[in-house]
Amino acid sequence: MNSDQRIAALNAEMGKRILTLDGSMGAYLQGFGLTTNDFHGTRFVEHPMSLKGNNDLLVLTQPDTIAKVHTAYLDAGVDIISTNTFSATRISQAEYALEDVVYEVNVEAAKIAREACDAFEAKDGRPRAVAGAIGPTTKLLSMSPEVGDPGRRDSDFDAMAKGYEEQILGLIEGGADILLIETITDTLNAKSALWAAWEAFDKTGVELPLWISGTITDRSGRTLSGQTVEAFYNSLRHAKLWAIGLNCALGPQDMRAFLADLARVAECAVSAYPNAGLPNAMGAYDETPHSMEAHYAEWARAGLLNIAGGCCGTTPEHIEHMRHAVEGVAPRKPAAHDGRLKLAGLEPFTAAA
Amino acid sequence: MTSTNLFANFIIVGERTNVTGSAKFRKLIEADDYNAALDVARQQVESGANVLDVNVDAAMIDGPAAMKRFLNLIASEPDIAKIPLMIDSSKWEVIEAGLKCAQGKSIVNSISLKEGEEAFLYHARKVRRYGAAAVVMAFDEAGQADTARRKIDICTRAYNLLTDHGFPPEDIIFDPNIFAVATGIEEHADYAKDFFEATAYIRSELKGAHVSGGVSNVSFSFRGNEPVREAMHAVFLYHAIRAGMDMGIVNAGSLTLYDEVEPELRERVEDVLLNRRDDSTERLLDIAEQAKVGGKRKETERDLSWRQKPVKDRLAHALVHGINEFIVEDTEAARLEAERPLHVIEGPLMDGMSIVGDLFGAGKMFLPQVVKSARVMKQAVAYLLPYMEEEKSAPAWPASPTARS
Repeated sequence: MNSDQRIAALNAEMGKRILTLDGSMGAYLQGFGLTTNDFHGTRFVEHPMSLKGNNDLLVLTQPDTIAKVHTAYLDAGVDIISTNTFSATRISQAEYALEDVVYEVNVEAAKIAREACDAFEAKDGRPRAVAGAIGPTTKLLSMSPEVGDPGRRDSDFDAMAKGYEEQILGLIEGGADILLIETITDTLNAKSALWAAWEAFDKTGVELPLWISGTITDRSGRTLSGQTVEAFYNSLRHAKLWAIGLNCALGPQDMRAFLADLARVAECAVSAYPNAGLPNAMGAYDETPHSMEAHYAEWARAGLLNIAGGCCGTTPEHIEHMRHAVEGVAPRKPAAHDGRLKLAGLEPFTAAA
Repeated sequence: MTSTNLFANFIIVGERTNVTGSAKFRKLIEADDYNAALDVARQQVESGANVLDVNVDAAMIDGPAAMKRFLNLIASEPDIAKIPLMIDSSKWEVIEAGLKCAQGKSIVNSISLKEGEEAFLYHARKVRRYGAAAVVMAFDEAGQADTARRKIDICTRAYNLLTDHGFPPEDIIFDPNIFAVATGIEEHADYAKDFFEATAYIRSELKGAHVSGGVSNVSFSFRGNEPVREAMHAVFLYHAIRAGMDMGIVNAGSLTLYDEVEPELRERVEDVLLNRRDDSTERLLDIAEQAKVGGKRKETERDLSWRQKPVKDRLAHALVHGINEFIVEDTEAARLEAERPLHVIEGPLMDGMSIVGDLFGAGKMFLPQVVKSARVMKQAVAYLLPYMEEEKSAPAWPASPTARS
């Protein structure tokens, strides 16, 4: 099936059940015990700085390993896997002086993910979609890096949109089915990514479903840049999103209330992929597959979910348990469009009629 | 309908941060005094503005740069940034510079058919991609609409073009042009009436769209006579809101209610606005000099009761609320009370920051607020640093047994 047919089939499934997304790439990669040499591979032996920890580069230097991770999640039964491209933008790769391979990383990452999916689709005909993962980058557009100079910014809308556009063109070229703008801590970053997506659609003639996942970083229920969940939604609903959700940051316990806020207002599908709790003193995550399963089951029964997945610290085992937890539970119904003018600053504002 | 709830569903757009309507704000921007400009914005929010209008269109101002700088500064002030923005300019490049700094869903003010359909749809498409709503002026290739018929025709044409191109109707806010009345020119006599008529039509026939306008234009010929101007605004809003106007650019701090306008003045203003008599302008002029607005202006007063508290509590209040206005004088007061300048940091300032930390931990403050607190803390410490340096270079302070660790 082609990408359009796959999305149509997936949308039909989404009307009937809760879809599932994969879990963390990083947690599972740790098990492979990759060394600095593995990250560099043969191609980047001469690279002047250490590339250890640059997970995105592995699609070029260790493509088989990345394919194994995708396959492990597909074995766990998921409908959607995300590409290994969280930091594959010019802005983020500047840290490793690897701006020049960004486009290639995105193309290869999407291809590897697509090939893994194709193998499973060939077996049973059930659609498996590739979500091109677009991270928040290392810079914020709404906040100053310097406490004493609040008007300063490290980057601007145009530079960030340009970086995102390069990534998105690569993901489209490699065959991604959906664009997942994720772990958004600053809504203006997400807006520049949307802008970039439309620029890329104009250039390629390809239009992919748009999915945004925000991150609530503290217990006040705000994004890092200070917006409430509803203000975050109001600021992004112009994109006619395929789905919107929350991921990362807090564990499932603390995410629950904010997910409910989003599920109440969103006129599209709602997704959630929490961390396996907060990292403990050892840098590990405490939520087990069993303990997380209970949260997913409760969210599903409360009608909060259309798509469930896992973020930092989750493994194929977590995801298999998650899949069991949401299986057979009716999916959430999107909120009705009420035709009211919806604005937002840090807080939402809705006109009377 | 009683006038007490007239404004219940009315969206108040604070106008004082608009250089075309406020000479004070224009001078602050021209003089590069952005801190005082932020205070003007804060005053609008505290006075009940639902949306903040920002306009920096003036000959001496670099529009895109000023818009960018002011909006970036607003983003760091959670008590201002909580409400949505109206990004207001007659120049598209200024609007676009603003949209690139706004994380929320803003309103663009404005786009129009002035330069034809192609430019109009081009701007509308960009507005949508930035995720904003738009004020659409009743303005076309032939100029600004003055009669009800022209206002209705242009708004209908714009509405059809926008909705045919996927622009959500609820994100369209028409500005059917509020013009000055009582100017002594016969052709202007129906301007207010035409606005009410066009508003009623738009709200009933152009489904989902809103109506806004710059209210203070209507009283332009009474510049310098605030009581009459406010009476005119009150009476104008009364009729406009009844016709369906649901948003207005007004001075959020001084809205007078219809019922509070002195009856004789109200009647003569009403004669002018509704063009009920041939001599209505003369009759309003006759009493204009003696006019006083009956009702009290609802200027909101800032609550400064915390200034009465001991210095330790004042510092804590300033840190928790991110207020830097008094931080230097309070830090100085604390320094005079303390044995050593360092003790001010280790004592009241750290105590204040620990309250901030507790509130953040409990989810009662969010990061941009904490960043503001940190900024106030930094100012206090910067004030104390020279005193600490001085102390270092002074001969031997005896080790203080009371110093806290």
